[in-house]
Amino acid sequence: MTHPATDPHRAAHPVATGPTTDPHRGGGAGGRRVRTVVGLLTAVSLVLAGCGVDSTRPADDGDLTGPVTVFAAASLTEPFTTLGRRYEAEHPGSTVTFNFAGSSALATQITQGAPADVFASAAPRNMATVTDAGHAAGTPTVFARNQLVIAVPQGNPQRLAGLADLTRPGLKVALCAAQVPCGAAATTALDRAGVRVTPVTLEQDVKGTLAKVKLGEVDAALVYRTDARSADREIDGIEFPESAQAVNDYPIVVLADAPHPTAARAFVELVHSAAGRTVLTDAGFQPPAGP
Amino acid sequence: MTTRTRRRGTGQRVPVALLVPAALGLLFLVLPLGGLLLRTPWTALGPRLTAPGVLTALRLSVQCATLATLLCLALGVPLAWLLARVEFPGRRWVRALVTVPLVLPPVVGGVALLLVFGRRGPVGGWLDATFGVTLPFTTTGVVLAEAFVAMPFLIIAVEGALRGVDHRYEEAAATLGAGRWTTFTRVTLPLVAPGVAAGAVLCWARALGEFGATITFAGNYPGRTQTMPLAVYLALETDVEAAVVLSLVLLTVSVLILAGLRDRWITGP
Repeated sequence: MTHPATDPHRAAHPVATGPTTDPHRGGGAGGRRVRTVVGLLTAVSLVLAGCGVDSTRPADDGDLTGPVTVFAAASLTEPFTTLGRRYEAEHPGSTVTFNFAGSSALATQITQGAPADVFASAAPRNMATVTDAGHAAGTPTVFARNQLVIAVPQGNPQRLAGLADLTRPGLKVALCAAQVPCGAAATTALDRAGVRVTPVTLEQDVKGTLAKVKLGEVDAALVYRTDARSADREIDGIEFPESAQAVNDYPIVVLADAPHPTAARAFVELVHSAAGRTVLTDAGFQPPAGP
Repeated sequence: MTTRTRRRGTGQRVPVALLVPAALGLLFLVLPLGGLLLRTPWTALGPRLTAPGVLTALRLSVQCATLATLLCLALGVPLAWLLARVEFPGRRWVRALVTVPLVLPPVVGGVALLLVFGRRGPVGGWLDATFGVTLPFTTTGVVLAEAFVAMPFLIIAVEGALRGVDHRYEEAAATLGAGRWTTFTRVTLPLVAPGVAAGAVLCWARALGEFGATITFAGNYPGRTQTMPLAVYLALETDVEAAVVLSLVLLTVSVLILAGLRDRWITGP
């Protein structure tokens, strides 16, 4: 690990930077670097969103009744399915097809030419993969935010109250790996709290982390609030103040090669609408930060 | 099946109906490897390979796959013998059950292992309460997960070899007064040695590439449970080049070992 964190060349290509060259160190420095990049991208995307004019694509057929294919982060499964049904009800004859998967896998599929209309990512970093490769029509806009909670088995048998309790000897903690968005957020939150946790496992995605709590193999894990809510029959989610400093932005964009751009834009509008926001908040998401 | 016959220069023409699909099959298998090589960042290979953690993951992978293979040999060869040599009711069902891990998605296998050997599982709970031993998230857990997924490969190969052995050798040994154990160790086992070796190699290769059951049962922690496939998957999340390099390392090591073993011990199973 000889790369200085300030190397401008690396900072300019966030997709291939950070702790990514070395999957074996989920250390604080890497997390901070990722956070810097994420913060930078968010700032840029917010500024550009302020300009707000999508001039890259001319008017097309104007067809709202056709199919729309949405590639969305796995954590959006429940609210987006609801929104998809709503879109189909509002536009008779239309069909919304979803491909839910990890944001990075989706980004790879899109840059390799998958025929998608809309991409909704769980982190700006994966969105940057797509925009950097020129696959986005216009600028991504942030439509929701998500933050971490401590997931514990129902009833909180270990009586955990905050991040500091995770250092308790003998306590088994699962985190997401630093390479995936929830792991980057966990690293940031723990850094901010000045807490050093030695997890028993660094999971490949947030659902895997959640599963370890559900199965009772670990005593606690850091997962998104939305994931904790989706499993509230088996686990409890404990809020902690430092999570406010590790918030994940969810950007959405219409893709440049979208086969159905008009319908795609209509779907993105629905996600941004008041109705869309309600569905997302019900799932545990927070509205995007103000301009 | 253990003969090394070579039909060189027999002048037989290969039928086109076989040659064309064979060539297509080879292309289909080899082309993705070519893709990997094309995407390999050759100039940055050195620093990539010496990055901390690569060697750790590789060493852990090789160690765990080898231990898993030894475990499979210790348990799988006797099981294969039982299936091939002993008539017992329900043998057909036992044989089917043995191959279940072949068709089971490895992630499901990992969950199943957790449900039994996890700390809430019947066996895992007992181990924890009695000896204070927990298997998930340990290197032992990696070995168990790999053995679970890889053992059927060994059993199928060894059972096939046992069925191909001429029974008369064993019968002759028995008539000369050898017990079943002596016959097994002195006659049967040497006869099926190539089959056992082939099975062990298959088993080792499968264990080396194991991903789903490992990450589900043993988790992912560098130096303890993070094997190469896990490292590759996580690298893929953010850095395709790193993933390609790691895959190439795994590929090179396994091809070298498999090629070496094949020439030395195995004669076309």
